[in-house]
Amino acid sequence: MTITTSADNPNSSTITDPYSSGGAYQWYILSGLVENKPGVLFRITNLFRARNFNIESITVGSTEMPDLSRMTITLKGDERIVDQLVKQLRKLIDVVEVKVLATDKTVYRELALIKMKSEDPTTRMEIANFASIFRANILDVGKQSVVVEITGTPDKIDAFKNLVNHFGIIQLARTGVSALSRGVDI
Amino acid sequence: MVEMTGAKALLSALEKEGVDIVFGLPGGANLPIYDALVDANLRHILVRHEQSASHMADGYARIKRKSGVCFATSGPGATNLITGIATAYADSSPVVAVTGQVPVAMIGKDAFQETDIIGVANPCTKYAFQPRKATEIPESVKKAFYIAESGRPGPVLIDIPKDVQQASADMKFPEFIKVRGYSPIVDADLSQIGKAAEILLKAERPIIMAGGGVILSGAFSELQTLAELLLIPVVTTFKGKGAFPENHPLAMGPIGMHGHAEANKIILEADCILAVGARFSDRSVGRFDEFGKGMSIVHMDVDPAEIGKNKSVDLAVIGDVKSSLKTLVKMVTKRISNTNNRGNANNNEWLKRRQELIEYYTDTIKDFPRDLTAKKTLKKLREILPVDAIVTTEVGQCQMWASLHFDVICPGTFFSSTGLGTMGFGFPASIGAKAAKPEAVVVDIAGDGSFNMTENSLAVSVLDDLPVIVFLMNNYMLGMVAQWQRTFYNRRYMGVHQHNCPDYVKIADAYGAQGIKVQSMQELDKALRAAIKTDVATVIDITIDPEEDVYPFVAPGTGLKDMITGS
Repeated sequence: MTITTSADNPNSSTITDPYSSGGAYQWYILSGLVENKPGVLFRITNLFRARNFNIESITVGSTEMPDLSRMTITLKGDERIVDQLVKQLRKLIDVVEVKVLATDKTVYRELALIKMKSEDPTTRMEIANFASIFRANILDVGKQSVVVEITGTPDKIDAFKNLVNHFGIIQLARTGVSALSRGVDI
Repeated sequence: MVEMTGAKALLSALEKEGVDIVFGLPGGANLPIYDALVDANLRHILVRHEQSASHMADGYARIKRKSGVCFATSGPGATNLITGIATAYADSSPVVAVTGQVPVAMIGKDAFQETDIIGVANPCTKYAFQPRKATEIPESVKKAFYIAESGRPGPVLIDIPKDVQQASADMKFPEFIKVRGYSPIVDADLSQIGKAAEILLKAERPIIMAGGGVILSGAFSELQTLAELLLIPVVTTFKGKGAFPENHPLAMGPIGMHGHAEANKIILEADCILAVGARFSDRSVGRFDEFGKGMSIVHMDVDPAEIGKNKSVDLAVIGDVKSSLKTLVKMVTKRISNTNNRGNANNNEWLKRRQELIEYYTDTIKDFPRDLTAKKTLKKLREILPVDAIVTTEVGQCQMWASLHFDVICPGTFFSSTGLGTMGFGFPASIGAKAAKPEAVVVDIAGDGSFNMTENSLAVSVLDDLPVIVFLMNNYMLGMVAQWQRTFYNRRYMGVHQHNCPDYVKIADAYGAQGIKVQSMQELDKALRAAIKTDVATVIDITIDPEEDVYPFVAPGTGLKDMITGS
């Protein structure tokens, strides 16, 4: 499975899909700059609902410019859907720019917090081992549970989740993907 | 810098934008604006329901080709505007709506007459915003007009909390405005236009499909020049009706669900479609997957998001269609003179086919067997009206009959709620159009169901001296719904009968307007001539048969090839 880049990046190549899904649809990462003011996220998410776009994740956070926020969207779709989504987003007055990132020229990460059951020292040791292999951090240890922080590509987080699933996941929180293009291009 | 209140700044900013008229209704949260109106150089038209205010502003905008302005108070006043705002959004009409809001400190407290109107308006406006400080008002107004009128036009809402209207501050009125994140494309890529010229010159059976964008950008003469240069037949969408003179030898009329049969037919036989300012709506093209199959489609539009939204196309020319068409005409002319080759477009077989289709369907489609039919009455209307009269419609059968049987001769003199299909639109919109062009005869082609919804605008038409003619095709029936119940639900009528209520002559009389009941063609002739002469609003109540259907008909979910031409 590969990520094909949109018409915005006709010359870029493809890479292995970080997600493990089959089917005709592919995964895309969109990145954009939006006005940092109240109501902007509402306008964007309302657009997804009104026009029937199914997105996988959206993250919005501050940037090096105080009046602009960076938005990262991941979604599964075909080229036509992504093309429409980009055009509709560009139509929003508060969206200053948005583009599809060529995944081979992009660094992207997601953070997840996973709270799992660990009622005996052996389990705790095992979790600590797995965490260290995945370069995850243990944030909290209680008598009955452990909280692990893991950062990486979504497939790495999926892999870790699958690995620790049998301990019993009590809670899980993922941030969604944040991404920046490599080099000086923005 | 001048010190003044927010309300005064709003009105000054509107005056600076060249606004001369506002349509509105006051209430608790916009009282400071109304107080400032007393001293302003603006004509205020008091509506009887806010929905009519937004329709009037819309009608005004469509004829004046600049923003129409409407006012309403917070809460229900603001939500009543929404139907008209959504109508303007669906038809890309520049309406600037100004609503009052509860004071800033009360926002979010579920205060009396508080609505999150920004949230409500978001999906049906180009932009909606709420100045939180009086000093933001001049810039907000500048921005609102810029956004509403540029690119693909559309409505913008400004929601002003009452204390922001009242606050005094030093105001700075900007001359120009730049909106980061908003840069409409004007001039299209020349190489794309060049490719369009090549495609058109190569086509054997080309057709132009003109949409509302031609009217919005005023590209009438450019369109006509191109069509005449290459002798290309022109169909329109319903929104594009009147983009091209319908008595022109190349005109084929509107396509679509109730389009002209010959237009629906010829577009299926074309090998190349030049869609200008059209958005391939379901009502125009039927099934997206069937339409234009095997043809090359060139799509010119100002809105990049329309490219490929409903229909994948072979070539996109993104930019203002007037500018694109102008360049296209130049390029085509140059290629013709360089090669002395007019391409295949000047194709006699194709033009003969056009004539054949028109004649075939003129004979095939029979009129309803009555003295007063939609077709006959509308042909009579055309015969008597001056060619530059402005005509709008209500929504339903009356609207589709207007599309079929009323020929628009002067480009840009016809409009209707084509996208949203808002019943109650036509009458207030016709009053707005009259306000924009008082010297024109203005007619609302109406049905009784639709006219009912906003007939209280008769008060405005009479008291504000904006006389229009309501051409009321009255079957005391929600006729289009009845037609669908007849066709698709085996005549199981539900909720469509009006039971001879009300008496429209008495209604007109009650408002001080003129009401004329018409039951024959002779009476219609007389009534129309009287209505054009008088300076008071006239309702011509024309009795038509409730069984008369609109044909041709392309049933929903089917393609243009499945068109039914009669019962």
